[in-house]
Amino acid sequence: MSGAEFKGDRTDAAVLAAIRSGDESGMAALYDRYSAVVYSVALRVLGDTGAAEDVLQEVFMQLWRNPGLFDSSRGSLGPWLAVIARHRAIDGLRKRRPETDIADVVVSVEPDMAGEAERTRAMEKVRGTLGSMPSPQRQALEMAYFEGMSHSEISEKTGEPLGTIKTRIRSGLLALRKAFAT
Amino acid sequence: MSLHEQFAENLALYALGMLQGEERAALETHLEGCAGCRRELEQLRGDMALMALSTAGPVPPRRARQRLIEAVAREPRQAAVAAARTWWALVPWVVAVAMAVGLVALWLQNSNLQRTIAGLQDQTAQQMAELQRARDVVSTLTATNAMRVTLVAAKTPPQPQGKAIYVRDRASLIFLASNLQALPPQKAYELWLIPTSGAPIPAGVFKPDAHGSATVINPPLPAGVQAKAFAITVEPESGSSAPTLPVVMVGLGE
Repeated sequence: MSGAEFKGDRTDAAVLAAIRSGDESGMAALYDRYSAVVYSVALRVLGDTGAAEDVLQEVFMQLWRNPGLFDSSRGSLGPWLAVIARHRAIDGLRKRRPETDIADVVVSVEPDMAGEAERTRAMEKVRGTLGSMPSPQRQALEMAYFEGMSHSEISEKTGEPLGTIKTRIRSGLLALRKAFAT
Repeated sequence: MSLHEQFAENLALYALGMLQGEERAALETHLEGCAGCRRELEQLRGDMALMALSTAGPVPPRRARQRLIEAVAREPRQAAVAAARTWWALVPWVVAVAMAVGLVALWLQNSNLQRTIAGLQDQTAQQMAELQRARDVVSTLTATNAMRVTLVAAKTPPQPQGKAIYVRDRASLIFLASNLQALPPQKAYELWLIPTSGAPIPAGVFKPDAHGSATVINPPLPAGVQAKAFAITVEPESGSSAPTLPVVMVGLGE
């Protein structure tokens, strides 16, 4: 069975079941479905294709070695992979040991990212929301999210008060949520 | 259960991995007991996943897929499971080896203890036998139904006699008497150790039985006293600290 046979017509649960049973084609299917999401966020954070590839490899191999890391009853696979990829990329950027135990990460989000069409629509909505944010808010959010800067570092760099930065980061994330709630 | 507003901003920082130190510890403690804030954290991570979508566009090079497929092939799940099984399978062996080593150590220790116990048992048996012999001697000496016979020259009327056996180093004294005259009421005989120097030392108060026999076994005596003689006087039943004359019997040491 090739990965292509999974693509599009199998649920994440079916792909995960294949991986759990040791079916290597399940990994191919997983890659075909989510590699772009994982790779693009890692590349945006690290700015280096080789380093982004390494993160991609690491995230997928972690799931292959231990499929139990992802608990399907506690969230969706695509968003989970995206969040894990971002964490790992930031760890690499900040040259620090992984700070987040990925087995503890639960991601609650709609829509599902499994289908390419859904992902494209979601991407457009996210970009639209970010584009409509006040520039200082988007900037604070992107510094935190893609550069892994602490709120203190952002405050220092922008000259804005710490409390303002905190508020901007949270309200930026809430704005994304709100865009998908309607 | 709803979000606690005082934690709202820190929750966002926490989701992003930005919260450190005491603030992080305090929030994690709060999260353990607050379902509302845990739910908010999950949603913030969902928001983060949406944020990741904004980067969509670049795709990994084709070699990345091949690299992953090859890496997966190098770590087949069966092998991974087998490896895991192998690792776990070692546990009983490690435990068994540890137990075997422990058992050998215990066996050696046990053997030593057995030898020690056997030695102690032999020693105890020997001491018990000696003790029994000593008890038999004392029992014979002190038995009320013992027949006591004093041998004297033929056709000699019976005379009061006493035999003191004294071991100075152990302050041990055994005194046997026979043919003693009966005493008035509230009177008793008292044995005295007469040292080579100093005052006589009380060595036991006794009354003869109906046959005039008496025994004194190891009365309390100071250790190491050199005895010159032993003597007997008649004293009150409670005994005296100094002999009351006359001395009714006396015997000099050898």
